[in-house]
Amino acid sequence: MKRRTLLAGAAALPLFNIIDSERAHADTKPIKIGLLEDISGDLAVFGIPKLHGSQLAVEEINGKGGILGRQIELMQLDPQGDNARYQEFARRMLQKEKVDLLIGGITSASREAIRPIVDRTNTLYIYTNQYEGGVCDASMISVGAVPEQQLSTLIPWMVEKFGKRVYTVAADYNFGHLSAEWGRTLLKPLGGQVVGEEFIPLGVSQFAQTIQNIQKAKPDWLYMLNVGAAQNSFFPQASAAHLDIPMGSPIKIMLGFEHKQFPAPVMANMYAAANWFEELDTPAAEDFKKRWRAKFPKETYINDMGYNAYVALYMYKMLAERAKSLNKDDIRKVIAKGDAGIDAPEGHIVIDPKSQHTSHHMRLLSVDKENKVHIVKDFGVIQPYWLGQVGCDLTKSNPKEQYTPDHLPPKR
Amino acid sequence: MVADLFSDFYQFADVFAFLILSAAGLAIIFGMMGVINLAHGEFIMCGVYVTSAAYHAGLPLPLAQACGAVVAGLIGMLLEVTIIRPLYSRPLDSLLVTWGISLVATQGTLIALGSTFPGIDTPGHSFSVGEYSFSSYRMVLFAASLCVLGFVYVLFMRTRFGVHARATMQNPGMAQALGVRKGIIYAVSFGIGTGLAGLCGALYAPTMNLIPTMGASFLVEAFVTVVVGGANVLLGTGPAAIALGVIRAGLNAWYGQVVGEIGLLIAVVLIIRVLPDGFSGWLTRRTS
Repeated sequence: MKRRTLLAGAAALPLFNIIDSERAHADTKPIKIGLLEDISGDLAVFGIPKLHGSQLAVEEINGKGGILGRQIELMQLDPQGDNARYQEFARRMLQKEKVDLLIGGITSASREAIRPIVDRTNTLYIYTNQYEGGVCDASMISVGAVPEQQLSTLIPWMVEKFGKRVYTVAADYNFGHLSAEWGRTLLKPLGGQVVGEEFIPLGVSQFAQTIQNIQKAKPDWLYMLNVGAAQNSFFPQASAAHLDIPMGSPIKIMLGFEHKQFPAPVMANMYAAANWFEELDTPAAEDFKKRWRAKFPKETYINDMGYNAYVALYMYKMLAERAKSLNKDDIRKVIAKGDAGIDAPEGHIVIDPKSQHTSHHMRLLSVDKENKVHIVKDFGVIQPYWLGQVGCDLTKSNPKEQYTPDHLPPKR
Repeated sequence: MVADLFSDFYQFADVFAFLILSAAGLAIIFGMMGVINLAHGEFIMCGVYVTSAAYHAGLPLPLAQACGAVVAGLIGMLLEVTIIRPLYSRPLDSLLVTWGISLVATQGTLIALGSTFPGIDTPGHSFSVGEYSFSSYRMVLFAASLCVLGFVYVLFMRTRFGVHARATMQNPGMAQALGVRKGIIYAVSFGIGTGLAGLCGALYAPTMNLIPTMGASFLVEAFVTVVVGGANVLLGTGPAAIALGVIRAGLNAWYGQVVGEIGLLIAVVLIIRVLPDGFSGWLTRRTS
């Protein structure tokens, strides 16, 4: 009996040594962060600023000593806007490269393609886009703005300023349909009326019929959810036909920088609520823009996607350093405290424990006849309250679902 | 009433112009020469980019547009001589090669010129009929599409070059024996095809968002029109665009763009099923 414990003890000794040396090694080994952004193909116009945002943040953080004393190693793959490639690359990042954190995805379709793969691992995933909201998943942190931040601000303002008759022009896929649904839901209590709703297949670039339908319906303003370069051709065509109706959108200007691509006055009369746009001129924003422009002087526009990609890494640094660990459960314990936030260029923003979405300082912008952007209204900091309100609470359960106003969590 | 009638005509004219202008170049390269040119969209994009660059360099718009067409034509001739020529008897290889050219062109443009390119003001004003206001430039596009149809017809049916070109496409050996210089005919025909693609881009440049992959939004309509038109492109392309234009514009107006796009493709399937040689085959059979 005695001999056996002794033997067991002797056998255990070198094992401890191995674990010890591995731990010591782990402390100096770089943190691997996997990045999936489309930097070629149709979505390159968004993917490139996102890549730049991540690169700038990594360079700055590494220059100041990294996270928990460890350098960040950014591993970037280009899924080229192809969802099958997103899944393949996500598997490679998570299973073969064993990244500590996965960031990326542009369209909601790409996010939904990789989310189940992330859910099968114990790795954290940060989605850096503004989107239609509703993802209740403990593996995912969302740092972009969601409808209660962009639409609950914009739509009531548009109704009050321009009127109740609204015409929706939306891209025919999940973002367009869900955002249109959000519009209907928000308009109802305001007495608003959707006088026309058109879904456009992605890739369609000719809008003569849509423009005429709008003129026939005589709306007070247009709710623009058209997506991609082809569908953006709506704007010069509408301007050439003298449509002259105010437009509101959660994705124009701050995301697609249409005002930098089309000659004035094509984007005149566009209104949008955003947490970031390059024209923001607070001291923190100016400082951030100066650093970005120093590293990427040829950037056409620092859009909100690129900005969010930058903020995501600082968010992760704060979480990891407060948790003193890269482990997902340890990091989520920090989020659960409800005060996990950073001073971002837009202002102080915090991750909401129930939904793991981020609060944002929202401002309403407008575009004038010279395509210049003005700040019309400051909404202050808006919480991502909707998921928590309808019953998503990631501190208690993890449904891994995406909810919409028409698809709510089951009542308990 | 008048306003609604005019607006129906305007919608049809708009779709018709889009179909003709995007298909004209392909009708020559695919319809006559038999090259399945998957880089057609990139020649359109080339026309757009050259037009925009020339316009922003200070050229008046019509001249800038001419530059767009000419540059696309010259690049087409160069590619014909260097890459396409050995592939006339190998249609599947030419499909692969032109696809490769299209990938190189889009990614090359992205790397060299960035993800976006500055747009151009839409020229002309708007005009009103009843409660509707329209862009007068769309009427210019319609007129241009009629001119392109006329130009292609006169060039290939009424000139010596046209006779030589048609003879070469039908029987290159015999044409050569009769003294036609085959190489030049092929290069010039291909150049005219890509030049017309460039012209399409040049004309649509002021109405669109300019990115390297924008050519793709013309490709489906171009192929569909040429296939429905049939083997004799000079006879078939016009009627094909009229038929598809009526179907597309009608469905767009009554059921929206989603049904319009689905309906267009279903119509193509049905037309090819009933008229396997397209409109031109049917018309030739009727007249002979």
